[in-house]
This record gives sequence, C-alpha cells and structure tokens, in this order.
Amino acid sequence: MPERARTPLSLQERPAEEDGGRSGLPSLRDDDLRRHLPGVEPDRTLTDWGRSERIEGLMDKTLVDFLYRYWFRAEVEGIENVPAAGGALLVSNHSGALPPDATMIAKAIREEHAHPRPLNITVEHFFKGYPGFSMLLPKVGAVAAHPANVHRLLYDEEQLVLVFPEGRKGTEKLYKDRYRLRRFGRGGFVQAAMKARVPIVPVCVVGAEEAAPVFAQFNLLQKLTGLLYVPLTPTFPHLGPLGMLGYLPAKFKLRFLEPIYFDEPGQEDDSSEVQTVAHEVRARIQENLFDMLSKRRSVWFG
Amino acid sequence: MTGSKRILITGLSTYWGGLLARALESEPSVEAIVGVDNEEPSVELERTEYVKVGAQHALLRRVVEAAEIDTVVDTRLVVDSIVTSPRLAHENNVIGTMNLLAACGGPESTVRKFVFKSSTHYYGSNQDDPAFFDETMGRPHPPRTPIERDVLEAEASVAEFADRNPSVSVSTLRFANVLGPDVRTSHIDLMRLPALPMILGFDPRYQFVHEDDVVHALEHVVKNDLPGVYNVAADGVLALSEVAGLLGKPYAPVLPPWGTGLATAVAGRLGVRIPPEMLNQLRFGRGVDNRRFKAAGFEYGATSREAVIGLAEHLRLHPLLREGAGEPYRYEREVEEFLRWSPNVRNSRPKEVAAAMASERSAAEPGSASTASTLSPGPPPPPVDHFDDLEAEEVLPLLGSLERTDLEALREYERGHRARDSVLGAIESHLARPATAS
Repeated sequence: MPERARTPLSLQERPAEEDGGRSGLPSLRDDDLRRHLPGVEPDRTLTDWGRSERIEGLMDKTLVDFLYRYWFRAEVEGIENVPAAGGALLVSNHSGALPPDATMIAKAIREEHAHPRPLNITVEHFFKGYPGFSMLLPKVGAVAAHPANVHRLLYDEEQLVLVFPEGRKGTEKLYKDRYRLRRFGRGGFVQAAMKARVPIVPVCVVGAEEAAPVFAQFNLLQKLTGLLYVPLTPTFPHLGPLGMLGYLPAKFKLRFLEPIYFDEPGQEDDSSEVQTVAHEVRARIQENLFDMLSKRRSVWFG
Repeated sequence: MTGSKRILITGLSTYWGGLLARALESEPSVEAIVGVDNEEPSVELERTEYVKVGAQHALLRRVVEAAEIDTVVDTRLVVDSIVTSPRLAHENNVIGTMNLLAACGGPESTVRKFVFKSSTHYYGSNQDDPAFFDETMGRPHPPRTPIERDVLEAEASVAEFADRNPSVSVSTLRFANVLGPDVRTSHIDLMRLPALPMILGFDPRYQFVHEDDVVHALEHVVKNDLPGVYNVAADGVLALSEVAGLLGKPYAPVLPPWGTGLATAVAGRLGVRIPPEMLNQLRFGRGVDNRRFKAAGFEYGATSREAVIGLAEHLRLHPLLREGAGEPYRYEREVEEFLRWSPNVRNSRPKEVAAAMASERSAAEPGSASTASTLSPGPPPPPVDHFDDLEAEEVLPLLGSLERTDLEALREYERGHRARDSVLGAIESHLARPATAS
C-alpha cells in the first residue's frame, strides 16, 4: 500500500463526489468525535488496526500481483462505482476454501481505480483466536466483523470495507452449488451502512468458485483441528496445509455495481426497510452473476 | 476550577495518589488536601495532610465530615495482581470501595464530586472484542480472573452510588496499561527481561498510557466537572512485536498457543510472573476509544509509542543510575508535623498559602491576589522558589512548566536583577510559542 494507509489525520472538508454532486453526506452530528481521531505517527509502520504497510506491500508485490495478473488474469468492470472518497461498504459473493476473492477485490481497487484506496476486509472473530491467523491477517488488512469495527471504519475513518454477508455459509458450500447465493445473514451489513450513512457497492466475483472448488467437508477433521471447516479441494488436504493455496487458474471477472445510497437518518431501525434492501442487494448480485456466467465461454479463458 | 477546594485522596501511598496530591498542592484555590492510606506516603508532600486510616467506613466518614471534604479522589484500585495477593486485592478493591462510598454518600454529606480510578481491565480481552472499546460497551463474556471481577464489581458499586446520589458528580476513569519509569506493573516487568515473551502465533494490540498522563488526567477531572465514564489511553495502538522493536529487544514467542496456562506456571517457577489477567491480553490484546476524554478537553503528553520509547530509554539508563540516585523519600511523622505546624518554620510555601488564606478571609481581600504580594511589600518576588540561588542552566528546564503570566513576571524579575541573556532569551522563546489550550 503506498500512502494513506493510516487513519486520516482529521476530518477534512469532504471533496465533492463525482457521482452527481452528492455532497454533504454524512452530515456532522453534535456528538461527533471524528476530529479527535488519533493523528499519524510517521515513524510507525503499523496502523492502529494492526495493518502493516511493509508486510502488505511485500505480499502485494509478489504473491498477490502474480495471482492477479498471470494466474487469474483478472478483468474488472465498473470500478468507477467505488467512491473515490468517503466510506463505502462493498458487498460481495463469497466462495472457495481459502477464498482468493477478497484479495482480488482489494487488488482490483489498488490497480484499476483512479484513486487507489486500501480496503478493509472483514473476517470472522474465529481468526483472532487461532494462532498464526491471529498474527498475520490483521497485517494485511483484515478486521474482525464486529459492528463497532465496521462503523468506526465506515463512519469515523471514512474507509472502504468489504463484507461477505454469506459468511461461512458461502465458503462452506460445495462445488455443485456454485454461484448460488446463500442467505444474506440478518441484514446487519445494511444496518451498518445506513447507520454510517455510506453507500453499499455490490460486487460480483466470477471465477473464485472454480479456482478453489470444494468437493466435500470433513466434519471429523474440523472438530479435531478446531478450524472453521476442513474442505476437500483438488490440492487439500493431501498436499498439506499449503495445498489450501493451490488455486486452479480460472479466469477471474469482477464487476462493481452501481452504489445504493441511504439518505434518511434512522433508517437502520426500520427492520422491514433493512430486509428489503438486503434482498435487493442479494438479487442484484445474483442477477449479475448469472449474466456474467451466461456470457462466459470458458472457465479458464473467459 | 469548579469548586473543588477541600480534597480527599485515598491511596496516598500509591504512586498516583502521591503525585496527584503534589500536583494539587501548587493550586492556590485548593484549601485543603487530606490523604488517607494504610501506608505512609512515598513522595514528599508540602501541605497535604496524611491520615493513617484504612478503608473503615466509620473512620472515613469522620474524616470526611470533620474536614468538610467536597471532592474525593479514589486512587486505591489494585489492577495488577503482582502487587498483592488476590484476597487482599479483593478486600481493597471491592470492600474498600464500598466502604469509601458509604462514607461519602447520604443526604447530609458534603461530598460533591467523586473521582474513581478504574482500569480498562473492565473490558477484558476476548476473541470477539471490538477493535476499540468505547465507554458504552461492556465485555462480551463475564470475567474469569479475580482482578477483572474486582474491577467490574467496584465499578458497579460506583455506578450505583452515582444513581443514588444525583447531586454528586461521579467521574470514572478507565486507564489503559500504564508505562513509565516509576511504576511497577507486570507488563513492565516483562519488558525488563532480555527478550519480550509472547504467545506463539499471536501479536496482540496494546494501548498504553504514560504515568504522567495518569496524574494529569486525574488532575483534569478534579479541576473540571466531567461526570461519567472516560477511557484514558494514549493515542496509538501498538502491536506487541512493535513494542519489542521500540524497546530494542527481540521478541520471543516462547509461550505455546495451547496449554498456555501450564507454560506460565512453569515460567512462574523460573521467576517470570505472568498473572492470569495478563494472559488473555497477551493473546487477544485490547484497544480502546480515547476520543471522549479528548473531547472533554484533555491533552495527552505522550502517545503509546512515546511512552514505550520513554520506558526503553529509562531501562537502558537504569543500571547506570542505581548508585547515583539520591536517598529515597521516607515519611517521618515528627519532621512532617514540625514543617507544617511549628511557628519556627519560616519561608515555606504552605505557610504562605495558609497565611494568605487567613488574610483573605479576615480582610476579605478581593480576588486571588498573589499570595506573596500580600505578605511582603516592595518588588514582586519571582514566581519560582529560590530563584536567586539557581544558575542559568538550572533555570532553563523549569521554564516549560510555567504559566504564561508567571513567565512574564519572571522576565520582569530577571531584567531587574541579573539580566542574563541566556535566561531572557529562553523566556522569550517560551512566550513566543502559541499558547496551548489547557
């Protein structure tokens, strides 16, 4: 990550956004504490969230760059739908044993966007308690999916956050169910966006299902290792733990959809409104996934 | 200053109690400072009166009533089980707090403000914590370690006290892990080791607060009316590996991720004590949202990083200083009483303040005129004690701590007396600095 990896120093005047003069959102509240956010300490290499520029940059230049350019040959549509400034909640479909989709979305924003911005990827609390993951994931921009964390990132720090509302259900699903979206949780992600008054940007990812197909789940092994799930993939478990990274070279296509804005305050308390929006987001992603799949001639060449 | 004139400090022998008393002594609007504790104070105090009393409700009540205390600052809470045994800690933290609150409550009580020093152990350290706790959040799971339970229970009784006594302004400050050369905590003990022990596969996030900021924070709530709960933790959340880097020590992931409790028992045998409340923090870490207290006007002197760097410098210097250090302060009742009350003692500040107060009361002189000017006519004396005895290089470090008005007075004084260029220049440069909001 080049610059702007750190929390912004203070709340600045929000730049006028490109997408049709939507200025003045979110409005400042009386109890606004945003100007008291801690400032940048230039000598530090880590952010307050534990994100490490050095480690992330190293991964980005090597493994992620290789996967993005040569292995998955990612193609991106609609990157301009990601706001250049201010918070935004990216919502995507989720799949794969050790999912490469989050990394590819982050890389796409870094590579293709006019204003490359860091992306915060929400992960299960489970990872904070598992040795190794607990140390590494925060360094590369993963944040526990706690509502308070999402709100601070979106509202106070005005950053991009990626959520997978399918959660574990998405990564657990088998190859035969590919590209069929699971239930979108309880709509917590919609509430988060409404509360922070930031837009939702739906994201569709095609290719991740074939890159890391899951053929079966080992329930016994899962219990023994204490992991979230132990899948059977083309390379795992017979090639050892690194087999989790054995992705097949499927062609990746990413499509960022039109943002959905929330203007009225207090919408997050209206549960029917929340559910309606959650269904709408899910339907849009599903529809676009089918559209992308119908145009795809080959899994491997696009 | 909102009417805190007669202050009771509990836990005077603790580092915080002592330093807070010392800081408040220099405040002319504070009439009386009474410190209570079981043990004798560990820092030299000028006009604070020390009463040797534990947390017995009846005795405390008599002290509070007799001295017409309006502000109580409770700095007793033990938040590190390295200090004492769990049973004594519980006695002090839970029962002691209850007794103290009982002594302060009631309709006819003179107490108008209660300041409670608590700890971010209130939030615990868990897997499903948010990255930044704010004051409204509770812990996701009930506590398992005695110290954390104590903190929770003590805070619960303080909250109940606040509900029952709406006329009392109750402030609770939750302090993050304290760092500094003069305090002793189990985290600092770990940092003294040649390598920083960690749990394999974990790199917890840590937020610290410098010891001076702790005293300043307590002073800030005494001087301002800030009812409610505030997190006090410096800016910046560091990863433990980052802390090791700042200390210039390697980090040693020697504790296994599974069976950590067993490993710490072994480490305890080897002389490395890792108390239970620390174990979870070494695994999951903790960050808090410190913005509420900042919005209340407090400014931190050091960030977490600066606190660690300061400690690192102290740890490097420490072996060299040990011989040269002066005699540590010892409380001698007879000497203290002589200094405070003997008519033969001249030239001491508490006397002047007392005299000024007496004259203010009797003559009803308006305003808080400089205490000295009421006593001696002629040219105003310098705002620094024994200024004439100080050499230029001794004066310079003091300037930073002076108020603007004092600096101006000092400049006048220096011009009229020795007119040293170095001193005048330094005063000018201090005055040229933009005034920091207090």
